[in-house]
Amino acid sequence: MSELLNSTEIDLINTNGYTGVLAAEQKQKASKILETIQFPTTRTEAWKYTRLGKISNKKFSIQKGSVSDISEYVISKDAYTIVLINGIIDTSLSSTDLPEGVICSSIKDTISTEKLNSLVGKNLKLENEIFHSLNTQNALDGSILLIKEKTILEKSIQLIHILTGEHTISNVRNLIVSEKNSQAHIIQGFFSENATESFTNSVTEIFVEENAHLTLDKIQFEDDSCYQVSTEQVEQAKNSTFTINTITLNGALVRNNLNIKVIGQNCCTNLNGAYLLKGNQHVDNHTMVDHIAAHCESHELYKGVVNDKSTAVFNGKVFVRKDAQKINAFQSNANVLLSDDATINSKPELEIYADDVKCSHGSTTGQLDEEAVFYLRARGLSEKSARKLMISAFIDDVINKIENKEVKTFVFGLLQKRFDWEI
Amino acid sequence: MSYTENDLAEDLQNQEYKYGFVSNLESEKIPKGLSEDIIRLISAKKEEPQWLLDYRLKAYAIWLEMTEPEWAHVQYAKPDFQDIIYYSAVKQKKYESWDDVEPEMKETMKKLGISMDEQKVLTGTNVAVDFVMDSVSVATSFKSKLSELGIIFCSFSEGVKNHPELIKKYMGSVVPTTDNFYAALNSAVFTDGSFCYIPKGVRCPMELSTYFRINEQGTGQFERTLVVADQGSYVSYLEGCTAPMRDENQLHAAVVELIAMDDAEIKYSTVQNWYPGDKDGKGGIFNFVTKRGICEKNAKISWTQVETGSAVTWKYPSCILKGDNSVGEFYSVAVTNHHQQADTGTKMIHLGKNTKSTIISKGVSGGKSNNSYRGLVQIHKGATNARNFSQCDSLLMSDECGAHTFPYIECKNSSAKIEHEATTSKIGEDQIFYCQQRGISSEKAISLIVNGYCKEVLNQLPMEFAVEAQKLLAISLDNSVG
Repeated sequence: MSELLNSTEIDLINTNGYTGVLAAEQKQKASKILETIQFPTTRTEAWKYTRLGKISNKKFSIQKGSVSDISEYVISKDAYTIVLINGIIDTSLSSTDLPEGVICSSIKDTISTEKLNSLVGKNLKLENEIFHSLNTQNALDGSILLIKEKTILEKSIQLIHILTGEHTISNVRNLIVSEKNSQAHIIQGFFSENATESFTNSVTEIFVEENAHLTLDKIQFEDDSCYQVSTEQVEQAKNSTFTINTITLNGALVRNNLNIKVIGQNCCTNLNGAYLLKGNQHVDNHTMVDHIAAHCESHELYKGVVNDKSTAVFNGKVFVRKDAQKINAFQSNANVLLSDDATINSKPELEIYADDVKCSHGSTTGQLDEEAVFYLRARGLSEKSARKLMISAFIDDVINKIENKEVKTFVFGLLQKRFDWEI
Repeated sequence: MSYTENDLAEDLQNQEYKYGFVSNLESEKIPKGLSEDIIRLISAKKEEPQWLLDYRLKAYAIWLEMTEPEWAHVQYAKPDFQDIIYYSAVKQKKYESWDDVEPEMKETMKKLGISMDEQKVLTGTNVAVDFVMDSVSVATSFKSKLSELGIIFCSFSEGVKNHPELIKKYMGSVVPTTDNFYAALNSAVFTDGSFCYIPKGVRCPMELSTYFRINEQGTGQFERTLVVADQGSYVSYLEGCTAPMRDENQLHAAVVELIAMDDAEIKYSTVQNWYPGDKDGKGGIFNFVTKRGICEKNAKISWTQVETGSAVTWKYPSCILKGDNSVGEFYSVAVTNHHQQADTGTKMIHLGKNTKSTIISKGVSGGKSNNSYRGLVQIHKGATNARNFSQCDSLLMSDECGAHTFPYIECKNSSAKIEHEATTSKIGEDQIFYCQQRGISSEKAISLIVNGYCKEVLNQLPMEFAVEAQKLLAISLDNSVG
């Protein structure tokens, strides 16, 4: 499997690479797995609707890139910024004035504490997971964000990932820890500049400790020739809240793996996602909420619009373990198909082993209501603006879940840029 | 002597599975195991034509290449295919009339509640029955009356003998031998089953029914049902199954093919009550069935199933909506208790324009059982204005059971509308309290609530079956609530 990279590059990682917080055993384990593992095919249940040929047939290389002007990619002007170019932190572009109560460093730094060491890779499954293993073996850099106990961050923190160059690979590895009683808002943006057929394979491990509240907004807007596989591995301790809003607006092949383990009681989990696709895009959202503890709630809402020859995949799973009683889990996926060449594959799943639960899921696929379009046109709107209005009303449900105004404005800006609302 | 508590306890024990008896009938069996020779032997015993033997051998060759599927959400010890008797026939003379039937056989049918006696039919609804015990069809009633209308209703073997052109044309056209592991196995070793042909424009005046019974030990049942409804015809078909209580797991791998031509309608109802195994999950039938129907223009296929038996169920009655304006329906109640496992659902393949499908699935799980719904709704590119509505509800009766939903929704047409919804919950304490307050015991209250919950599906069943199914639900759930 290592043919994805040149052998000299592998040597480079092994000798010049870091150990940092990522223990050497884990890297070794990942290398061992990579020796035998193959890319999953559509016969693998988790990859049933996503063909990986575009990624597996290419050779990627690690490149150090540079970007002079990042103003276009700054999501929030009023936030602490960390810029990662091709998966490597660019300190010259990043904020230096981080507030008290936040430790921000690189995973290759040796400032790591015992705690961080024990958290990295804790929940990340390597066996049979080629992209996780690839990331663990080859991660060059990535940021660690530790929100200390009782810290309430007024400003947001934004991680801006920029991919540049041709056939570049970025194995960025992030770790976010929200300690007890803390509260924070983090933004992850994925962009590309002059990148063609490059590949981001990102892993973000997130730990939300007792009474902590963490919100993550994830904006994906890489070039439509770029590929992305991105994993968020989340663990929630008791009384915590975790919210993630995933907005996917560009990228040739995007796969999001969102794995949330709720191990403490009285937790609340919110997962929202919006995807608007055109051209030949393929976006695959996999979510898994694993309710291990009782008295928790999870709400999931994914909405998408697909046009042209694009494909959207949604696979949401709610898992309620034995003895995890009093769980309320709700899952909803709605899709609008605008073209006969577009495809929707939706697979909402419930797997429940406890009896005192309220779980439901719903999935719909349809098109714009022609009568409503007519209604609007009868009132003087052009057909184009009528449809625009209806699509924006449909997708607004999700966009409005974003609480941060600046992020919301930025998303609307991207929609304008990519679609001019002409869907 | 009065009726004591002990008597009651005993009654309850027996009530659990009332079809668990064994009939003492002499039968002819072939040796255990599976090989080309065994297949030749089965074919020879049934005096089959060469083309059918070739069909079997071809299927066997395909089966050898296949591996057992593992994707279903069930766990079981895989059957040893060399340890199964593939052919077991009750020794019988040719029955000239009902009076010739052996008393033991009559007794069996009586116990199972099957009425073969054409004279003593209840007023009103008539049911024509084909009774299949182990590997062969024992008797078929109302044949002459049906043949007046041109309806062919007979055992599969008779079909092969008397109507080879029809069998040859339609067998395997909906479920090809290559379809899946168990369909291939069935195609190689099937022994009997029912065949039914409704001619153009005929509305079948009575319910047609097949009753499957496993009696012998160590055997598997591999039957095949083929229903062909020609243009503009209508038929309602029923299927029931039971088996004795045994410690071993017996295999039942059937294939059902339905063909509904232009404007035809087939209603296929199943009450599956194979022996589910005992409280500790010992014994029971492995029920691995492939059921599929194809709809031509304006045709309709409706599957209704009540699944209460079997240790492991693996069954997805499907509809291929090939013709424009065709309709597919699936109504299912699956009840699992103790250690039963069910992975059941449907596939609706929309190919034609304006095709519609409805899926209503109600799962009830109790004890330590696992009950999964697995369904596929596939809208192909040409299926303009296709419409699907699915609803899958699960009811949890104990804290050790599991209820799962795995729907697959694939859409490639922009004018299609698909809705899917699923809920999982337990019976509300307040509902039980309400009933108890009005003097209804909690057991009764639960049976009432469950029946109400399943009503949408039970209403689809023909009358006699609906009554039977309601009773069955009550029995299956006895003592399931702690």
